[in-house]
Amino acid sequence: MNPESPIPAVQPDSTPGESPAGVRPPPATEVPDDREENAGTWTGGLRRAWMAKLPPDKLLPERQPAYVASWIYIFGVATLAAFLVIIATGLVLAFTGPAWYHTSSLGLFTNSMHFWSVQLFFVFMVVHLWGKFWMAAWRGRRVMTWITGVVAFLASIGTAFTGYLVQTNFDSQWISFEAKDGLNAVGIGAFFNVANLGQMLLLHACLLPLVVGVIVVWHVLLVRLRGVVPPIDAVDKEVSTASLTGDSVSEARP
Amino acid sequence: MSTRTADRKKSAKGTDIASREWKGPWRRYDIIKEGVIAIVVVSILTVLLAGLFSSPDEPALTFQGWATSAPDNFYATAVQELAGTSTSASYGPPYNTVGEGISVGPLAPQKWFGVTHPVDAANDFVITPLRTQGQSADVTDALATWDAASADQQTAWATDYDTALTDAEGDATAVADGDYGPVPVLAQGLTDIAAAGVLDGILISQGGFYQTDFTKQVLFLGDGSYLDDAATAANLQGSTWGMMNETGSYPGQAWLWLYSFWYQIPQFNSDNPDDYLTSHADAIIFYIMALLSLVLIFLPYIPGLRSIPRWIPLHRLIWRDYYRTQAKSLAP
Repeated sequence: MNPESPIPAVQPDSTPGESPAGVRPPPATEVPDDREENAGTWTGGLRRAWMAKLPPDKLLPERQPAYVASWIYIFGVATLAAFLVIIATGLVLAFTGPAWYHTSSLGLFTNSMHFWSVQLFFVFMVVHLWGKFWMAAWRGRRVMTWITGVVAFLASIGTAFTGYLVQTNFDSQWISFEAKDGLNAVGIGAFFNVANLGQMLLLHACLLPLVVGVIVVWHVLLVRLRGVVPPIDAVDKEVSTASLTGDSVSEARP
Repeated sequence: MSTRTADRKKSAKGTDIASREWKGPWRRYDIIKEGVIAIVVVSILTVLLAGLFSSPDEPALTFQGWATSAPDNFYATAVQELAGTSTSASYGPPYNTVGEGISVGPLAPQKWFGVTHPVDAANDFVITPLRTQGQSADVTDALATWDAASADQQTAWATDYDTALTDAEGDATAVADGDYGPVPVLAQGLTDIAAAGVLDGILISQGGFYQTDFTKQVLFLGDGSYLDDAATAANLQGSTWGMMNETGSYPGQAWLWLYSFWYQIPQFNSDNPDDYLTSHADAIIFYIMALLSLVLIFLPYIPGLRSIPRWIPLHRLIWRDYYRTQAKSLAP
């Protein structure tokens, strides 16, 4: 410490809110300790829980375990990217209505982007899902990550299905005619009427994307929380040391 | 808990690699950069695909198109709607109570929820549309005769004529003489307004200003052969993987391949409509897919299935760099 420094040094054992010289500053300017400030508030509790579980360096990491080095990892982020393109093009289509693309070249191009981004989304998602299966990616308390991923996949199928129903063309006529029988046979058709364009459009443009979005965010946060699953039978320094010393070893097994 | 047990649990937790933070080597990673690159690449790919291939958009079929290109079929379908012999008229829940709906064992959800989208085929598809327009004198008289008759009489006229028309193979000029009441005139009147393009507008408005529900149009359109023929020509029938096909050469809902697969099995797709599996295919296949979806969701808990990745070690390809490095580091 520079003895001539104009800034008084904080003693390690000083009480929070107390000056180094032991003189308590006026109450009006007292800055409460972070823990005292948040004590008993829901906001503080939530923030502390969040920071404890998912601190910024875990949420936005700048490093990954060395084993995260395969093209298969690309497909998760590619799925997210395709989802964002779907949302962006879907927003444009939502502003103009379901029949715009029949008569406008710009509308047709936007619809085509929406169509192809959905195709890419499913290709990426299915490869991602298969990859995670062969990696047995549910190991190490990652079951909920797997479950949210599969539910996101199923919800995406429902969302895409309603998209095909609101094309307002021959394809949507035929799909609604054919699909009604399966849905009616199990009672779903009583509440989910595939021939009701208004209902399908609202589900497709509002509710179902929200459902998929929430599940995807949950899924991604779980990935950040638990980290990327290590290879099957992986051995790191600690396990290697334990093996040498004869301790019981529980490896990363499916 | 004994100290020894606690120590053993602590030790196991510490060495369960998958459950704790990785203690091996790390590499640099930039999650934001990766996300931005992915968005840019996928956006470019999407623009290229959209620019090169566009997207499918076959115009919707119309009642005018049906009545002009297949007037006999439209006419015969109108008769079936009056007779109550069309698919829609005899469907059951959720459209009417004429049919029972499909049940599998004690499961009869189609019946449980009742009629939620009521459809009266004769009135909704034929009588009401005719009544909403100014008609020729013979159609007006036919409507008056129909209205004055009892329900039993209406049914008798329509079913007799439906049978006679079927016997004449759909040729209205070859129908045997009989008491068919106003049915032939009503069917011809509906065919005429459909061919003129009026019926499309009538069915859309359904007597109101705003309308977003196309249930009645879809059901009526599907009662004839016009929609079915168009779907066959476009290779969209369920028996030919149509569920996952798209019009033209575009990719469709390929992710429904497993759902579509079951409809290709002869037991679910036989020529005999009275065969149990065929007549109940819609419900049984839905239950199968629901079960398989649950299996996929809870796969980590299912012994055997969850071990497949170990038995078929494709993971050694995914992590080949890691295993190679590990093998070297563990070599004597």
